[in-house]
Amino acid sequence: MIVAVATVALTGALVGCTSGEGAGESTAGGNDATNCTNTIPKSDLPVVTMWAWYPNMELVVDNFNEQNDEVQVCWTNVGQGSDEYDKFQTAITAGTGAPDVIMIEADRIPTFQIQEALVDITDLGYADVKGDYSEGAWKDVSVGDGVYGVPVDGGPMGMIYRADIFEQYDITPPTTWAEYEAAAQKMKDAGGPLFGDLGANVPAVMMALQYQNGAQPFTYDSATPEEIGIRLNDDASKEVLDYWAGLAEKGLVGKQDQFTPEYIAGVIGGDYATYISAAWAPGYLTGAGVGEGEDAGAWRVAPLPQWDPSNPVSVNWGGSAFSVTSQASNPELAAKVALGVYADDASLADGWQNQVIFPLHLSALNSQEFIDYEVPFFGGQQANKEVYVPAANAYTGMTYTPFGQYYFDAFTEQLAAINEGSITGSEAADRLQDDIVSYAQEQGFTVD
Amino acid sequence: MTAQLVQNPIARRHSSRPVLARRAGRKSLLGWAFVAPFAIVFLAFLVAPLLYALYLSLFQTQLIGGTRFVFLGNYLKAFTDPNFLDGIWFVLRFSLVLIPVQMAVSLAVAVILDMLSNAFARFSRLMIFLPYAIPAVIGALMWGFLYSKSFGPLAEFFGAFGMTGPDLLSRDLIFFGLLNIVTWQWAGYYMIIIYAALQGIDSTLYEAARIDGANQWQIVLRIKIPLIAPALVLILVFALIGTLQFFNEPEILRYLAAGAISADFTPNMYAYEQAFALANYNYGSAISFALGAIVFVCVYIFMFITRKRGSFLS
Repeated sequence: MIVAVATVALTGALVGCTSGEGAGESTAGGNDATNCTNTIPKSDLPVVTMWAWYPNMELVVDNFNEQNDEVQVCWTNVGQGSDEYDKFQTAITAGTGAPDVIMIEADRIPTFQIQEALVDITDLGYADVKGDYSEGAWKDVSVGDGVYGVPVDGGPMGMIYRADIFEQYDITPPTTWAEYEAAAQKMKDAGGPLFGDLGANVPAVMMALQYQNGAQPFTYDSATPEEIGIRLNDDASKEVLDYWAGLAEKGLVGKQDQFTPEYIAGVIGGDYATYISAAWAPGYLTGAGVGEGEDAGAWRVAPLPQWDPSNPVSVNWGGSAFSVTSQASNPELAAKVALGVYADDASLADGWQNQVIFPLHLSALNSQEFIDYEVPFFGGQQANKEVYVPAANAYTGMTYTPFGQYYFDAFTEQLAAINEGSITGSEAADRLQDDIVSYAQEQGFTVD
Repeated sequence: MTAQLVQNPIARRHSSRPVLARRAGRKSLLGWAFVAPFAIVFLAFLVAPLLYALYLSLFQTQLIGGTRFVFLGNYLKAFTDPNFLDGIWFVLRFSLVLIPVQMAVSLAVAVILDMLSNAFARFSRLMIFLPYAIPAVIGALMWGFLYSKSFGPLAEFFGAFGMTGPDLLSRDLIFFGLLNIVTWQWAGYYMIIIYAALQGIDSTLYEAARIDGANQWQIVLRIKIPLIAPALVLILVFALIGTLQFFNEPEILRYLAAGAISADFTPNMYAYEQAFALANYNYGSAISFALGAIVFVCVYIFMFITRKRGSFLS
C-alpha cells in the first residue's frame, strides 16, 4: 500500500508534464492543416500552417489568402506570448507538432535559434524585401549574420502620461530621468498620485532602460554560439536599477505587477501619472478599458526621458516577427508566407489604425497618413509624428540572450526583492549577474 | 493485486478437480483478459511515462554540447539546488500550518453537522462541500479578485474604517492568501469524509455512553474522534501528498502577483518551469522524482508516527 501511495504521488508530480504535452500536440495542427481558425478559400493550393496572436490576424490572413494564388495560410491562435512559447518549446523537443510559420517576439528569437528551431531566411527572399524595413528592425530579428524572422511590429518606447494630472500639479513632461525624479518628488510633496510603477513582472522595461544608459547586457554571435558575453552589473546597469530602487523606496512610484487587473484599475483611477511603455500600449490599454471613462482624452505621450540628454538613445520593448520553423515541410513556401502575410497595405493600415501594431514596414512607417495620424487615445495628439516615428527611426537594435526565459524570470525575482526593500539596485544587478553566469556555464557556454 | 483477486476464486473452485486442470489454465488466461483493459491503460499511461521520465532524468541536455548520460547527476544537483530546496522548505512549512487548520475546520463542521439532522444541516453540508466542486483554477482566480487592493471587498471593509487592508498577494502575506484558498477549497471535501465516518458509528454506543453519564463533549472526544481516527489518518495522508505537490493555485495567482510568486515557488512549479519553459526535460523529470521521494519519506514518517492509532495502511 505504501508503494501505491508513493506511485500516486509520483504520478501527480508528473501530471504537469503529460497534460502539457497533450495540449501542445492537440492544438499544434502540425503540417496537416486540419484545424485552422480561418477558412481557406482556395483549397487546391498548398497550405502553410501558422501560429499568431495579433488581434486582427483573421483579417490579415483572409487578405493574404484572397490575394495569393500560390499558397494558402492555415492560421491558429494557440495563446499569447509565454503560452505560445511553451507549446512551441514542447513541439521543438518532440521534433513534431510545430507550425510552419510562427509569431515570436524579437527578444525570444535567439532562444529558439540556438535550438536550431528557426530557419535562416537570408536565401529565402530576404534580399527582395531588405529595403522594406529599417536596419534596427532587421538587427532585432537577426542572430549574427543569420536572419531568423520578418519584422512586423515594433515597440519604440515613450512616456505615456496623464495630461490632466500633470496640469493639476503644474508639471511639464520631463526630458531626463533626473527631471523625472524631481517631478515625481514635486507631485508627491503636493499630495499627488504615484508618478510611475516598477513592476517586477516587466523586466524587459528595465533591460531597455539599461540599454538606453549604454549598457550592453549580452554579446552573442551565432557564428560562435558557445561563447557569450554577460554584463549585467556594469556601472550603467547598476545606475538604472539603483535609480528605480530609489524611486520605489521613496514612495515615488508604485510596486505593482503590470498587465494585471489591479494595475489597470489603478491606471484608470489615475493612481499613476506616467506609464513607461511602448508604441503598442495604446492598443493594449484601450482593449483593457483605459481611456473610456473619466480618463477619456486625458492621455498624452512624450519622448522617453534620457539618461544623457547630449546623447539621446531610443530603445524598444516588445515587437514581434514571423519566423519560419525548421519543422516546416516546405521552407520556401513558408518564407513566402512569413514575408508577405502582414506586409500588404490593407492589413498594415488596419493594424495601425486600430492601434494593434506599430508597423515596421517602411511603406506604412513612412506614409504621411500614418505620420500625421491623430491618435484618438491621445486626445488627437499626433503621437506617431511627435514621439514614436522619431524613436523608431533612431533605434539601432538590441542583442538579446539565447536563454531569454531564464534571464527574465531571474530578473523578475531580483526586481521583486528590490520592491520588497531587501536589496539595493546594485546588489540586485550583482546577484543577477552571478545567477545568469552560472546558468550559462551550466548550459555549456563559455562566458566572457 | 487485482489479478489475484480475480484468479483466486476460479483456482479454488477447481483445485479439487484435477481433471479440469487444463480448462482451469485456460480460464486463468481468461482472467488476465478481464484484467487487460485496466492493465493496458495502467501500463501505457502510468508505468510507461514514469519509466520514461526516470530514463530522462538520468541525462543532461545543454544548449551547447547536447545530451549526455550523467546517471544521478541531476539528483545531486537537485538536492543542492537552492531554488528546489527553498520550494521544498516552503511546501513543508505550508503543510505544517495548513493541515492542522484544515483538519480542525473540517472536523468541527463534521461533528456539528453529525449532531443535527434538519434541513438546515443538509443545506449547510452542501454549501460547505460546494467549493470543492468549483475547479481549482476558477477558485484561485476568484480569490485573486477578492484579494484585490483596489476593488476587493477586503480593501473596502478596511477602507470604511480609514485603514489600508492587508495585501494578501504581496510577498509577505501570500502564504496566508494561499492558506485561505486551499482551506476553503478542501475543507468541505474532508468534512464529507469525516462526516461519512461519523455516520457509520453505531448509535447504541452513544446510548450506552449517555447511560454511563457522559455529556456531549465527552461523547465527541472519547467516542467519536477515536472511532473515526482511521478516516482522519487517511485525509491527513491525502492532504500531505496534495500540499507537497502544491501547483494549481500559485501557478494561477502568478498572473496576478508575479513579484510575490516566483517561477520556482513550489517544487512542482519548478519542475514545470524547467521542462516546459526552459526546455530542460531531464532536470524537470529529476525534480519530479526527487519530489516524489520526499513525499514518500514524509508520508512514511507520518504513518510511522501514527501506526498505533490508525489501522489505515498498517
